[in-house]
Amino acid sequence: MSSATGIGASVLRKEDIRFITGKGQYTDDVNRQGQAHAYFLRSPHAHATIKKLDISAAKKAPGVLDVLTGDDLAHDKVGGLICGWMIHNKDGSPMKAGAHPALAQGKVRYVGDHVAVVIAETYSQAKDAAEKIIVDYGVLPAVVDMNTASKGPAIHDVASDNVVYDWHLGDKAATEAAFKNAKHITKIDLVNNRLIPNAMEPRAAVGDYDAGTEVFTLYTTSQNPHVARLVLSAFIGIAPEHKLRVIAPDVGGGFGSKIFIYAEETVCVWASKRVGRPVKWTADRTEAFLSDAHGRDHITHAELATDDKGKILAFRVKTKANLGAYLSTFSSCVPTYLYAPLLSGQYDIPAIYVEVEGIYTTTAPVDAYRGAGRPEATFVVERMMEKAARELGMDPATFRRKNFVKSFPHQTPVIMCYDTGNYTASLDLALEMADYKNFGKRKKESAKHGKLRGIGFSAYIEACGIAPSAAVGSLGAGVGLWESAEVRVNPVGTVEVLTGSHSHGQGHETTFAQLVSDRLGIDINSVAIVHGDTDKVQFGMGTYGSRSGSVGMSAISKALDKVIAKGKKVASYALEASEKDIEFKDGRFSVAGTDKSLAFGEVALQAYIAHKFTGAELEPGLKEGAFYDPTNFTFPSGVHICEVEIDPDTGVTSIEKWTAVDDFGNVINPMIVEGQVHGGIAQGIGQALMEGAHYDKDGQLVTASYMDYTMPRADNLPSFQIGMTNTPCTTNPLGLKGCGEAGAIASPPAVINAITDAIGHENIAMPATPQAVWMAIQASSTKIAAE
Amino acid sequence: MASVTMIVNGKEVTANVDPRTLLAQFLREHLHLTGTHVGCDTSQCGACVVHVDGRSIKSCTTLAVACEGASVTTIEGIGTPEHLHPMQAAFRENHGLQCGFCTPGMIMSAIDIVNRKGHQLDEHTIREELEGNICRCTGYHNIVKAVAAGAQAMAAK
Repeated sequence: MSSATGIGASVLRKEDIRFITGKGQYTDDVNRQGQAHAYFLRSPHAHATIKKLDISAAKKAPGVLDVLTGDDLAHDKVGGLICGWMIHNKDGSPMKAGAHPALAQGKVRYVGDHVAVVIAETYSQAKDAAEKIIVDYGVLPAVVDMNTASKGPAIHDVASDNVVYDWHLGDKAATEAAFKNAKHITKIDLVNNRLIPNAMEPRAAVGDYDAGTEVFTLYTTSQNPHVARLVLSAFIGIAPEHKLRVIAPDVGGGFGSKIFIYAEETVCVWASKRVGRPVKWTADRTEAFLSDAHGRDHITHAELATDDKGKILAFRVKTKANLGAYLSTFSSCVPTYLYAPLLSGQYDIPAIYVEVEGIYTTTAPVDAYRGAGRPEATFVVERMMEKAARELGMDPATFRRKNFVKSFPHQTPVIMCYDTGNYTASLDLALEMADYKNFGKRKKESAKHGKLRGIGFSAYIEACGIAPSAAVGSLGAGVGLWESAEVRVNPVGTVEVLTGSHSHGQGHETTFAQLVSDRLGIDINSVAIVHGDTDKVQFGMGTYGSRSGSVGMSAISKALDKVIAKGKKVASYALEASEKDIEFKDGRFSVAGTDKSLAFGEVALQAYIAHKFTGAELEPGLKEGAFYDPTNFTFPSGVHICEVEIDPDTGVTSIEKWTAVDDFGNVINPMIVEGQVHGGIAQGIGQALMEGAHYDKDGQLVTASYMDYTMPRADNLPSFQIGMTNTPCTTNPLGLKGCGEAGAIASPPAVINAITDAIGHENIAMPATPQAVWMAIQASSTKIAAE
Repeated sequence: MASVTMIVNGKEVTANVDPRTLLAQFLREHLHLTGTHVGCDTSQCGACVVHVDGRSIKSCTTLAVACEGASVTTIEGIGTPEHLHPMQAAFRENHGLQCGFCTPGMIMSAIDIVNRKGHQLDEHTIREELEGNICRCTGYHNIVKAVAAGAQAMAAK
C-alpha cells in the first residue's frame, strides 16, 4: 500500500505531541516513592593512589543514609565494568584490559573518576556531605599525550607501556610492493580532535529494589536497555536477568554516549538494595563533560600511492587512538573494526595496510560517538583524496571519479564487501546542486571583497546496519548484533509492535508505524510502538550504528510476514476457502477470483474468537515474533560539498553553502531522514570549526562547561541543501541502508578541504577556529613573502 | 526554609522551600511541571527557559524566592495536546524537534522572540535570537523554519 502514511511519506511524528507540550517522560522526570539522592565524589586528580579514604564524618552529616566506596562493592561482590569486544595484537595475544571498578579501588585514573557515593534524603544534602569525605591522594604524573604515553607511569599494571593493543589489518607486503611502483606518493599527518558528545539530556539513573519480589528496577538514559540488563546481570552481577528490569523511557539524545554501561547506573541500582530506598542520580553538565565517554581522538599518518595517470595503487595508514583511562563498553572496536575496514572509502584501492595502536591515558574513557570510527576513517580518506588531487594537479571531483568503485559487489582489501552503490550518480547530482561549474566566478566575487572562498568535497562511505552476528563474532565481539520484534494484533485489529530498537530522537514511533500501516493496510493511529522496557520487549540489541531501520525494521518486516501468513490461514477458515486461494492486499484478505473478503481487523477477531477452526487445526490468536540477523553490513554513501568564505583579517570561516547528496537506499520517511542528515552535518561542522575537548598537562579537563566547550549554535550554521540518490540495499528485505550517522561522517573533511582550498595551506587542525585559520593564513603569507 | 508565592500557569502557588531552591527545581520537583528541563546549570543551553512576567528567563539560574509575586508561564501553560499553541504546532509541522529535550525551552524562547521582534522573522534574525538555546539533534535547520512559521501563525491567531 502506498498512502499518505505508508513507506515513503513524510508523516508528521506521532511522538511529537508529548514533547512539544512538556509531557515527555525522561529519566529525571521519574520519581519513586521514598526516593533518595546520590552524589558522586569524583577525583580531582588525573592519576593518584588513594592512600586513605575517611567517610566517617560524611556518614554523620544531615540527611545522609549511607556513604559507599569501592570496598563496599568488593564486599558485595559487584563486578567491574566491562569492555565487550576483544581485540588481538599483531602477534595474536589479547589486548590488555585493566580492571574498571564502578567506585575506585585504591587508585583513580582520570579527573572525574568515581571515588565514593553519598546517598541522602536530598541531592543538596548528599552534595554537602561529600565535602566531609577526607581523601589522602598519592598524586602520580598524568599521562595525557599519546605520543609519550609509553614512557609511563603505567596507568594499569597489566599494561606497563600504556598500550592497550597494537593491531593491524590488510596486506602489508602487497601494499609495500605497490608503493615501490608508485609514480607519486602523497603524505598527510592528521589529528582527529577529541569530542564530547553532549546529548542535551544529561545521563541519569533511578535504581529501585523491591525486597518483596527481590526485583531490581533501573530507569536509565540508555540507547540499549537490554544490553544494559545483560551486562549488569551476567558480568557485573547485580541480579539475574529475570530479577532485573531496565527501563529507558524518553531519552534526550544519545549519539553513542548512552550505549555504554557506566559506573553511575551500576551504583544506583546496587545502592537501592543497600539503603532500602530508591536511589536517583542525574548528572549536571560538568559531570557529563567529565564522565560521559568521549569520542574520536586519533593521530594519524597516511600515505597514498598513485600511478602516472592518477590511479590509486595503494594506501597505508598508521594511527594512534586514545582510549582514555579505562576501556568503555565498546571502545576497543571503534578505532579498529569500525575504522580500518572503511579506509577504502568509495575507491577501488588494490592494496591497503593499516596499523592502529590503542593507548591508555589518564583521561575520560573514549568510545563510540556518532559515526564511531567511520568519521575518523572518512577524515583520513577524504583529506587524502583532496590533497592528492591538488598535488597531482587534478580537479578533486575528477580525481575521485577516476578512482570510484564502479561495479558491485565490490570486495575491498579490508574485510568489507560493498553490495551496491552508484558513487558517480551522487557526485553528479552534488556538483549540479552546488553549482560547481560557477564556483570560479563566486571565488572572484569574494576576492573583490577581500574574502577567500574555498570549496571542499567529501565522498564518504560508512558501514551501517550493525551487524551480522557471525561476522562480528569472528572479529571479537562478545554479543550478536541481530534485532528482535514482536507484532501483537489485538482482537479488534489494532497492533502493538514490540521492538528491541530504542528511539531517542529518531522517530521510531512514526517510521515503524509507517511500515506496519503500509504492510497491513491499517490506519497508522491503530499502531503503537513499544520499546525501552525489558519487561515488555523480550530482548533487543538497541539503537546505534544506524541499525534501527535496516536491522530493527527488518525484524518487524519478518514478523509482519508471519502475521500475514497466519492471517491467511484464519481467513481460509472464515471464508471457507483453500488457504492457497487467499490473497492479502490493501488491508483485506480475499478469495482469489471472488468478491468474498474480510478486512484485516475482521480476520484478527476471527483469530481470537476461534469459532471457525479448532485448536488442532490452528492455534487461536494473532501474535508473531521474529529475530533478524543481517547477512552483511549496509553501505550508505554520498557526496557532501562545502563552500566557505573566510575573512583573512579575522580568520572567521563562514559556511556559504552546504550540499549533501546521500544514498541511503529506500527511505521510509524523507522528512525524518533529512532531519537526521541536518543534525549529523551540524555535529560534523561543530567538530571541524569549534568543538574540541582539551586536557592540560596535568590531566585537568579545561573544556568542562558550555562556556569553555564550544557547541554549534543556530547562528554558527547555514541551512542545508539535501539531495538523495537511491540504490536499494540488496541484503535486507526493505532495501534500507541507514541515515543516522552520515552527516557527522561526511562533513568534517568537507569543511577542512574547503578551508585549505581557500587559504592555500594544507596544515590546519580541527577545530579550525578563527585563531587557527588566521595563524594558518599568516604562516602561508609569511612563506609567500619569504619566497 | 523560605516561603514563596507566585502564579504559575495562571494558578497561585505557595510553598516553603530551601532558600537555595532554583526556579527550575521548584517547577520540576515541587510542582511536578517536568516539561521545563535542565541541560547545563549555567544559563548556556536554554532547555530551562520559562516566561516570568512575560519575559523569557533561564530558570536554572533563577532562585525561586526571587520570583515572589511573579507570574510564571511554562511549556505546560501555553497549550495542550488538544489545543496547541501555534508555536508548538509549528515545531511539529516543520519537524523542529527530534529527542525533544531542548524543545520546551526552544518553544518558550521562540514565543519570546515573536513578542519582541514581531511576526515576520527572517532567517538571520531567528538564528541570532536563538543563540541562547542549544539543540544537539536538528542542526537548527528545521527549528529556524518552525520559528518563522510559528511567528506567522501567531499573527493569524
